Amino acid sequence: MSMNIVVCVKQVPDTAVERTLRPGDGTLDRESPDGLINELDEYAIEEGLRIAEAQGGEVTILSMGPEKASESVRKALSMGADKAVHVLDAALAGSDALATSLVLAEVLKRTGFDLVILGSESTDARTGVLPAMLAERLGVPQLTLASKVDISGTEVTIRRMTDDGYAVVTGALPAVVSVVEKINEPRYPSFKGIMAAKKKPVETLSLADLPVDADAVGLAGSATAVADFAARPPREAGTVVKDEGDGGAKVAAFLAERKFI
Amino acid sequence: MSEVLVLAEHTADGEVKKVTVELLTAARRLGSPSVVWAGPGAEAGRERLAEFGAERVYVADSADFGDYAVAPAAELLAQLVSEKTPAAVLVAGTTEGKEIAGRLAVKTGSGVLTDATGLSAADDGTPVAEQPNFGGAITVTSRVVRGTPIIAVRPNAISPEPASGAAEITQVSFAASDAAKAARVTEHVVAEKGARPDLTEAQIVVSGGRGTGSAEGFKVIESLADALGAAVGASRAVTDAGWYPHQFQVGQTGKTVSPQLYMAVGISGAIQHRAGMQTSKTIIAVNKDPEAPIFEIADFGIVGDLFTVVPQLLEEIGKHKSL
Repeated sequence: MSMNIVVCVKQVPDTAVERTLRPGDGTLDRESPDGLINELDEYAIEEGLRIAEAQGGEVTILSMGPEKASESVRKALSMGADKAVHVLDAALAGSDALATSLVLAEVLKRTGFDLVILGSESTDARTGVLPAMLAERLGVPQLTLASKVDISGTEVTIRRMTDDGYAVVTGALPAVVSVVEKINEPRYPSFKGIMAAKKKPVETLSLADLPVDADAVGLAGSATAVADFAARPPREAGTVVKDEGDGGAKVAAFLAERKFI
Repeated sequence: MSEVLVLAEHTADGEVKKVTVELLTAARRLGSPSVVWAGPGAEAGRERLAEFGAERVYVADSADFGDYAVAPAAELLAQLVSEKTPAAVLVAGTTEGKEIAGRLAVKTGSGVLTDATGLSAADDGTPVAEQPNFGGAITVTSRVVRGTPIIAVRPNAISPEPASGAAEITQVSFAASDAAKAARVTEHVVAEKGARPDLTEAQIVVSGGRGTGSAEGFKVIESLADALGAAVGASRAVTDAGWYPHQFQVGQTGKTVSPQLYMAVGISGAIQHRAGMQTSKTIIAVNKDPEAPIFEIADFGIVGDLFTVVPQLLEEIGKHKSL
C-alpha cells in the first residue's frame, strides 16, 4: 500500500542557549535567531521516512508557526520528506496545546493521513500532551511514546515506553504515533537533499483556510494563561575543592553533615 | 467545599504510589479531595488514601484500564467531571498522566497545565500552578481560564502531609467506549530494576556521565547508589553510548528529577542535563575538569578522578554505617 504519512514538526529555541519568555504576555519569542527543529521531531521524520521507504508512500511535513518555522520545514524536506504544509497566521501566536491541537487536527482532516508521527514532546513547553490530544480529536488509535514501530498490513504495533519498562500496544491504521529518541538515529541532510528541498512544494495555510474559529486559538483563545513568570533565583555558588587524596572523605563528611548518611 | 478529583496511581494489588498522596496534599488546598481509582485494588489502598485526606474514592474496577492504553482513564475522568462538576482534576505528571490529562482536556474543552511543582488557590478559589520552564531557569505562574482546570503535578515536588479523610468508597459504573479501545495493550515488560527506588520518586539520585568511560566503569555509579539507597541516573552521553539503559536518562530529552540530593559523577553539566536536575534540593558534583559547568550549580564539588573519589566515598559510607 502507498502510505500517506504526516510528520508534525515544531521550531523551538535552541536548548543550548539561555531561554526566557516575553515580559508583556509571557509567550515565547518565536522569531528569535536561535530557533531550530525540535530534536525529537527529527526522530519522527526519520521514522516516517523509514516507513515510507519500507512500505511505499509519501511523507508530508506539517508545521504551525511563524515565518521563521519555514527553516525547520526546509530542514525536514532536505532530510527527504516529499512536501510540506505550513500553517502561518499571526492570530495563532500564543496558542496553548489545546488550541494547537485543534488547528493541527483540522489540517490533518484536510490532508488525510494513514499515519501521523510526532516527537513525544517539545523542548520548549515540554507538555507532552499534543500527540494524545490529536488522537482524541481525530478519533484514531493513540500509539505514543514509541521506541519501536512495526507495521504489518493495516496493523501498527509499538513498544510504548513506560516508567518501569515497556508495553506492547497495537492499533489499526489510521493512527497517531509519537516517538522517543531511542527509536532510531536521524539522518543528516545530504547536499543533494538540501538542493532538492528547495524545489519541494510547501503549501501555506492561514486560519481562513481552516474551519477553525479565530476565538478558539491564539493567546486570547487559549484555555490556559500565564499570570506571571520570574527567573529562578540562581543557585548560590557552593564549595568546590580539589581532590588531595581525601576527596571521597570530604564528600562523606558533607553527606553526614546534611544527614544523608 | 467543592470537590477536587485526584486520579490515583496504584498497582493492581492496591499499593498507592507516593505521587498520589502528593496529589491529595495539593488537592486539599483547592477543595475536598475525591480519589478516582481506575482498576482493581481499591479496598487495599483505601486506608492509605484516608491517611492523606481523601473524602471519597470513586472506584471503576474495569479490566479496560489495563487492556487499553490511556483513553479509558480519560473517558472515566470525563464521565466524573460531567457528573460531579469538580473544581479541578489532578493527575500525576508522568508521561502517561500527562497524556490522560491531554485527552481529558479535549473531551471537556478545558485548559491543562503540566509539570506543576506548586499549587495554590487564588482569591476566587481557582487553582494557580507554578511551573518550572526551560529546565527550571524560570518559574511560570499559570491558570486555567476555560473549562475544568486539569493539572498534572510533577512527582516529588510537593511534600505529602497527612490529614484524615473518610475515604468512602463509591462504585462507579464504567465501560470504555469502542473508540477508547483502539489501542490494545498486549504485553507489559518490566525492566530489571532490582530494589532501587523509582528515578522520579527517589529522595537521592546518583547519576553518572561520560567520565565513567564504559559500561564497566558505570558500575561504580550503581555501587554508590546502592550504598545511599538511591536511584541511578545517567547523562545522555552514557545512554547514547549504550553503557546504561535509556529509561534512566536525566535531562532535557529524558527524565526530570527533583530529589533531596542529586550526585552528578563524571557529568560535565551541559545545559541539556541541567534542565533535568537543577531543581534538586542539594547537588554534589565530582568531575576531573575544574571548568565543568556542573560546579556552577553544585552545593559541593570535588575536582578529581571519580575512580579514586567514589571508592573512597564508598569506604567512608561503609564506616559510617558500622558506627
